Amino acid sequence: MKQSLFEIIENIPLTKDVHQMKLSGDTSAITAPGQFVNIRLDGLFLRRPISVCDWDDGALTIVYKVVGKGTEAMRRMKAGTLDILTGLGNGYDMTLSGSKPVLLGGGVGVPPLYGLARRLRAEGKDVSVILGFNTASEIFYAEAFQALGCAVTVATADGSYGVKGFATTPLTGMDYTYFYTCGPEPMLKAVYQATNTSGQMSFEARMGCGFGACMGCSCKTLTGCKRICKDGPVMKKEEILWEA
Amino acid sequence: MGSLTVTLCGIPLDNPVIPASGTFGYGYEYAELYDINCLGTFSFKGTTKDPRFGNPTPRIAECTAGMINAVGLQNPGVEKVIGEELPKLKQCFHKPVMANVSGFSVEDYAYTCEKLDKEEQVGWLEVNVSCPNVHGGGMSFGTCPESAAEVTAAVKKVTKKPVLVKLSPNVTDIVSIAKACEDAGADGISLINTMLGMRIDLRTRKPIIANKMGGFSGPAIFPVALRMVYQVANAVKIPVVGMGGVSSAEDVIEMMLAGATAVEVGAANLVNPYVCRDIIRDLPEVMKKYRIENLSDIIGGAK
Repeated sequence: MKQSLFEIIENIPLTKDVHQMKLSGDTSAITAPGQFVNIRLDGLFLRRPISVCDWDDGALTIVYKVVGKGTEAMRRMKAGTLDILTGLGNGYDMTLSGSKPVLLGGGVGVPPLYGLARRLRAEGKDVSVILGFNTASEIFYAEAFQALGCAVTVATADGSYGVKGFATTPLTGMDYTYFYTCGPEPMLKAVYQATNTSGQMSFEARMGCGFGACMGCSCKTLTGCKRICKDGPVMKKEEILWEA
Repeated sequence: MGSLTVTLCGIPLDNPVIPASGTFGYGYEYAELYDINCLGTFSFKGTTKDPRFGNPTPRIAECTAGMINAVGLQNPGVEKVIGEELPKLKQCFHKPVMANVSGFSVEDYAYTCEKLDKEEQVGWLEVNVSCPNVHGGGMSFGTCPESAAEVTAAVKKVTKKPVLVKLSPNVTDIVSIAKACEDAGADGISLINTMLGMRIDLRTRKPIIANKMGGFSGPAIFPVALRMVYQVANAVKIPVVGMGGVSSAEDVIEMMLAGATAVEVGAANLVNPYVCRDIIRDLPEVMKKYRIENLSDIIGGAK
């Protein structure tokens, strides 16, 4: 974990509610795709945890959905500096992917899979990506995954684009060695049921600190109590305990 | 340069800055960031007789200038704290630590305190009779003078270490409770714990926190905390540890002027993990600005 100042270099809409922000600064604390950053915003007490979409030496990209005061304030920013904690959470373990991993993203759960896909492709993996959205106008990043050389399938709940259904719909009959997913919890549950291999899922939570101190985002797993911010947000399929 | 040192219940502190229980774990998350030996001490995560998972989530809600938490005393239980957490803590913190203790019966408190009394690294016991987030325990002991006194007396019987009783602000007369604890043998009073609060999600029309209510903390509660520290410090002869919304060197000095011998910093750690280090760094300059030679001279200076 590292606290440092980042400069906003781009903040553009991808869809009506989803925006992409590029920031320059010290990214040395980021060690794995699927980690998140925690952003301090003027006038708001708690930081806002946002997953890292991608990063390189000196710059990082986040993609966020405007849902409340914090993300609305972020949307309005054109330039300036932000106080950001980086290198938070465990991130995805890429060593378990096998040769043909499938990545399933739902809505604003798609972004962290981009940095993961790019790194899996760099290792020469045969990466399939399924992106699930509610409707055609909410789709983002499909071309970006294609540009990495991933086999991309898009599913929309209303059938307005691609396969009609959810991110799990195109999974039937697909050949894959491992899965990685991020999305809303009902989708994660569906992925858990629909997949026939091991895999990793990234969870969302209301957090206090984001670095393991406050116990605000604890959850029960088959391997004991875990903090989503520090021991997660990525959990292995084998350790997940769904609460009723 | 003036002196930052104070003495809390006979134990010297390099400075009066103490991260508050529940915001600092057992120290090591922060030890990754800075040398936590710069702290006066810190109060570790509230410890109970048995392990506790705590409340369901969500446990956190934001407010204007603060937050609400309903963690519910998640902790591994006193055996594991002694067996696993304290040895790890010893690696990164070399000063006496404050052990925060909660319970659900007078016997619970005594049991946990008796175990911790044997630990060399524990300097003080901070007995929490004020947790708002657990049913049938915690705060109920701190909302009437008789039960607060009963817990104090039971704990004093099993330990030679100084006992600070941590009080709830969710009462009509905090002074009578503080006095009852003093009469029962408390060596100090720490206050305030969080204030009972609530938020509702407009979309779902349900409380944001699964436990419905939780403890309100952060800069918003500072004036209430300061007022209660002032009232209690003027009513008891034992030292008072002040806390509630403290997030700057100026806040520390204000708390000390109100009567605090030492000052705990809570919610601010969760937003700026370096805040205690920064406060300690800033204190000499702020003291100079207000012509303070020794911090210990200003305790209770506001009349």
